Amino acid sequence: MAELAWTIPLWPLLGWLLLGVAGGRLPRPLPGVLASALVGVAFLASVAGAATYPGTPQARTLSPWIAAGAFRADVALLVDPLALVMALVVTGVGFVIHVYSIGYMADDPRAATYFAYLNLFTAAMLLLVLARNLLVLFVGWELVGLCSYLLIGFWFTRERAAAAGRKAFVVNRIGDAAFLLGVLLLWTQAGTLDLAALNARAEMLDPSLVFSAGVLLFAGATGKSAQLPLYTWLPDAMEGPTPVSALIHAATMVTAGVYLVARLYPLFAHPGTLAVVGTVGALTALFAATVALREWDLKRVLAYSTISQLGYMFLALGVLAPSAGIFHLTTHAFFKALLFLAAGSVMHAMHDVIDMRRLGGLWAPLRVTALAFLVGALALAGVPPFAGFVSKDLILERAWEHALAGGGLVAGLLLAMGVLTAFVTAVYITRAALYTFAGALPPDAHPHEAPPVMTVPMGVLALLSVAGGVLGARWAGAPLLAALAAVFEGALGHAAPAHAPLGLLVPALSTVVALGGLATGWWLHRDRREPALGWFGRAAEQHWGLLPLYDGLLVPAARRAALLLAGPVDQGVVDRAVNAVGGAAVAVAGALRRLQTGYVRQYALLLLAGTILVMAYWVVR
Amino acid sequence: MVELVLFLPAAALALAGALGVVTARRPVHSALALLAVLVALACLYLLLWAPFVAVLQVIVYAGAIVVLFLFVIMLLHMQPGEPPGEDLRLQRPTAVALGALFLVGLAAVVSGGRSAAPAVRPPAAAPPTPGFGSPEAVGQALFTRFLLPVELAALILLIGMVGAVVLAKGALAVRVPSPAARPTEAAEAEGEARAPEAVAAP
Amino acid sequence: MTVPLAYYLVLGAALFAIGMTGVLVRRNALVVFMAIELMLNSVNLTFVAFARALGTLDGQLAVVFTIVVAGVEVVVGLALIVEIFRARRSVNLDEVHLLRG
Repeated sequence: MAELAWTIPLWPLLGWLLLGVAGGRLPRPLPGVLASALVGVAFLASVAGAATYPGTPQARTLSPWIAAGAFRADVALLVDPLALVMALVVTGVGFVIHVYSIGYMADDPRAATYFAYLNLFTAAMLLLVLARNLLVLFVGWELVGLCSYLLIGFWFTRERAAAAGRKAFVVNRIGDAAFLLGVLLLWTQAGTLDLAALNARAEMLDPSLVFSAGVLLFAGATGKSAQLPLYTWLPDAMEGPTPVSALIHAATMVTAGVYLVARLYPLFAHPGTLAVVGTVGALTALFAATVALREWDLKRVLAYSTISQLGYMFLALGVLAPSAGIFHLTTHAFFKALLFLAAGSVMHAMHDVIDMRRLGGLWAPLRVTALAFLVGALALAGVPPFAGFVSKDLILERAWEHALAGGGLVAGLLLAMGVLTAFVTAVYITRAALYTFAGALPPDAHPHEAPPVMTVPMGVLALLSVAGGVLGARWAGAPLLAALAAVFEGALGHAAPAHAPLGLLVPALSTVVALGGLATGWWLHRDRREPALGWFGRAAEQHWGLLPLYDGLLVPAARRAALLLAGPVDQGVVDRAVNAVGGAAVAVAGALRRLQTGYVRQYALLLLAGTILVMAYWVVR
Repeated sequence: MVELVLFLPAAALALAGALGVVTARRPVHSALALLAVLVALACLYLLLWAPFVAVLQVIVYAGAIVVLFLFVIMLLHMQPGEPPGEDLRLQRPTAVALGALFLVGLAAVVSGGRSAAPAVRPPAAAPPTPGFGSPEAVGQALFTRFLLPVELAALILLIGMVGAVVLAKGALAVRVPSPAARPTEAAEAEGEARAPEAVAAP
Repeated sequence: MTVPLAYYLVLGAALFAIGMTGVLVRRNALVVFMAIELMLNSVNLTFVAFARALGTLDGQLAVVFTIVVAGVEVVVGLALIVEIFRARRSVNLDEVHLLRG
C-alpha cells in the first residue's frame, strides 16, 4: 500500500501522454472522464500514502540523473506529512475541478488538449511537492509555469489571452532567475541540493549566506505566488478558462511559493529572512485587498483576493507559524476554488459576461450557484464556523503571540495589517456578492443553472469550506496541525516563541472584524451604490502608485532594452560574427579551389613538392 | 678495379639513355633510348651477381615491353614533338628545379652523407657464394619461400590479359568489323548502331 | 665490392629523378609512360644492389615480381591509352581535366 505513494505523479502524467497523443480521436466526454479518473486514482494513492505513513520521512530514487564530478542529482521523491498534505490538496481539489471542467468545456472543440494540459499540470505540481532535491523541485516549478502559460492562453486566438499568457511567463521568469541564483548559492556553499540535507545543515551555514539564499529563493516564490512586486500577471491570467483559474491560480500553482518556504523552513528561520517574508506577505495582503475593492471584473476581484490570501500565508510563515500557513493554504484551496467555480457557473449562464456592472439578480435563477458563492464568501471573510475563519484566526493568533514574544514594532505592524486586511476582505467580497446576485436581472439575460456535473463539485467544495475547519480546530485535536508539527519542529525548536495562551481574545476580534466588514460592505454598496471613497479609491485604482511605475517606467524601459539586444546586439554583432565565419569558410574554400586545376601533371608536381618537404624535414632532423 | 671499368660505361649509357627518353622529340626515339637504358641496367645486374634477373630483364622488359610500346606508337601515328596545345606555365621550370632538388636530397640520403639519416652502408660484403643469383638459387626461393607471390603473380597476369582483351574489344558496344572492313569512323558508327545486339556478339 | 654500394644507389637516384622530371614535363602520354618505366627500373637497380650488399636473394626476387607486374601494368595502360586515343584522337595529357574544381 505504501508503495502506491511513489506512483502519485505518474497517473496524471500518463493522462497527459494518452490525451496528448490520442485525445483528439476520443468521443466527446471521454477525455475529461479519463483525465478526472486518473487524478482520482492519484488522490486515492495519496490517501493510501497518508494512511500508511510510517512516521518518518521516506525517500525513493526513481532514476539516476546527473552525475558530473562532485555534483549529483537524481530524480528522487520524498514523502513526509507536508508533502502528503500538499499532494492531497492538489489531487483532491484537482479531481473536483477536473470533473467540473467536463461540463464547463463541453462545447469546446479543443477539450482534449485542455485536459491533457490540465493533467500535465497536475503531474508537474505533484512532482514539485514530492521532490527530494531542489533540482527536481525546480523542474516541477518550471513545468507548472509552462502549463500555466499554455492554459492561460488556451484560447490563443484572442489577443488578450495570448498576451496574458506571455505576461505570466515573463514575470515568472524574473522570479525564476532569482530562484536559480539562490539554488546556485546554496550549492556552492552547502555542497548539496537535497532538501533534507539542506535543512539539517541550515544551522551550520554562514548566516549571511543563509539570508541571501533565503531572500533569493523567496524572490522566486514572489513570482510564482504573485506577491509584491511580481503580482501583475495573476489578474491578467483570468483570461484563461475559469476552472484553470480555480485550480492553478487559486488552489495549487500559486501556492508553490508558500510550499517552497515551508519546505526549506530551517533555512528561512533566520530572523532577517523571516522579517522580509512576513513583511512582504502582510503588505501584499493589504495592498491586494484594497485593489480588489475597486475592480469591476468578478474574476479579477477573486484574483486579487487570491493574492491577498497568499499574503496571509506568507505572513504566517514570517511569524514562525508555518503549520498555520499550510492550514490556511488548504482551507483557501477549498473556498477560493469554490468561489471561482461559482463565478464560472455565472459566466456559463450569462454568456461569458463577467463585468459586475452587467450582472445582477442572479440569486433566484442560479440558486445553487448563489448558495455556493455565499458559502465561499463567508469562508473567505472569516465568519465562524467556516473553514476560512479557523485558519485565518489561527494566523492572527500566532502573529499576536509573535509580537508579544519580542517581535517588536515590526511584528505589531504585521498584526495590524493582518487585521485590517481581514476587514477589507469582508467588504470587497460583500460588494462582489451584492453586485452579482442581488438587485434586478439585466434586461436580455436568460440565465439557467449549471448541469449537475458542475454543481456537484461545487457542493463538495462547499461542504469542505464549511467543515474543513475541523482540521485545525483545537477541540477536534487539530489533526492537520499535529501531523505537520513533526515536520517543523526542527526549525521551530530553537526559535519557538513562548506560548502565551490568549484565550478567546483573538477569535472574538476576528469575528467582530469579519462581521463588521460584511456590514460595512452592505452599507456601502446596497442597491448598487458606488461610493467614491475619495483619495483612497483613486489610490487603490492606481495600485498605490505601482501601476504608473510599471506601465510608465519599467515596462517601456524593459522593452527598449529588449529591442536593443535584439537589434544591434543580436543581429549586428552575433549574427554578423556567425555569418563572417561562414563567409570565411567560403572564401578559404574558394581560394583552395584553385588548386584543383584538373591537370594531372600539376598534381604530380605538388606530390613531388610535398615529398621533398617531408624528405627535407627528415634529413634536417 | 675490373668492376669499376665495367661499371662506368654501363652507368654512363644508362644516364644518357634516361635523358634521351625524357628529351627526345620523336616518341620512337624515346622508346629506343629506353631500350638503351634497359640493356645498360642488364649489364649492371650481371655485375651485381644477378644473372637470372639480367636475362629476365632483357627478355621481358627489353624484348616484350619496349616492343609493345613501339607497336602502340606506330599504331597511333604520333606526330613528333609535343601534342599541340598551350603548355602549363611554370610547369617546366618548376619541375626541373624540383627534380634537381629531389635528386640532390635523395643522393645525399642514399650516400649516407648526413649523419641523421640512417647510414646506408651495409657491412662490407665478401664475395658471395658461387651460385648466388643463379637460376637454380632463384628458382629454389621462388618455389619455396615465395610460392604465394608466384601464384598471385599468375593471377595478376590473368587479370591483365582479360582486361586488355576487354578494353581492346570495347566492353558492350560491338566493335567487330563486318567482313567488308571499312575505315574507322564508319565502323564505329556502325558499331554503335548495332549496340542492342551486343550480347550476341562473340 | 670494389664498386661501393653508394655508386649504385646514387645512379638509381639519378635515374629516378630523371624519370620523375620526365613525368612532370612531357605532355605526350606515351612518353610519360616510358618515363614511369624508367622510374620502376631505377628501383629495380636499387633492389639488386642491396641484395648483393646484404648477401640475400630477397632483393632479386622482388625485382622478378616487379618486372612481372610492370609487364601487366604496361599492357593494361597501353590498352587504356589506345581506347582514349580512339575516342579523342589525341594523347595530350593536358586535355584530361574534367575533374577540375
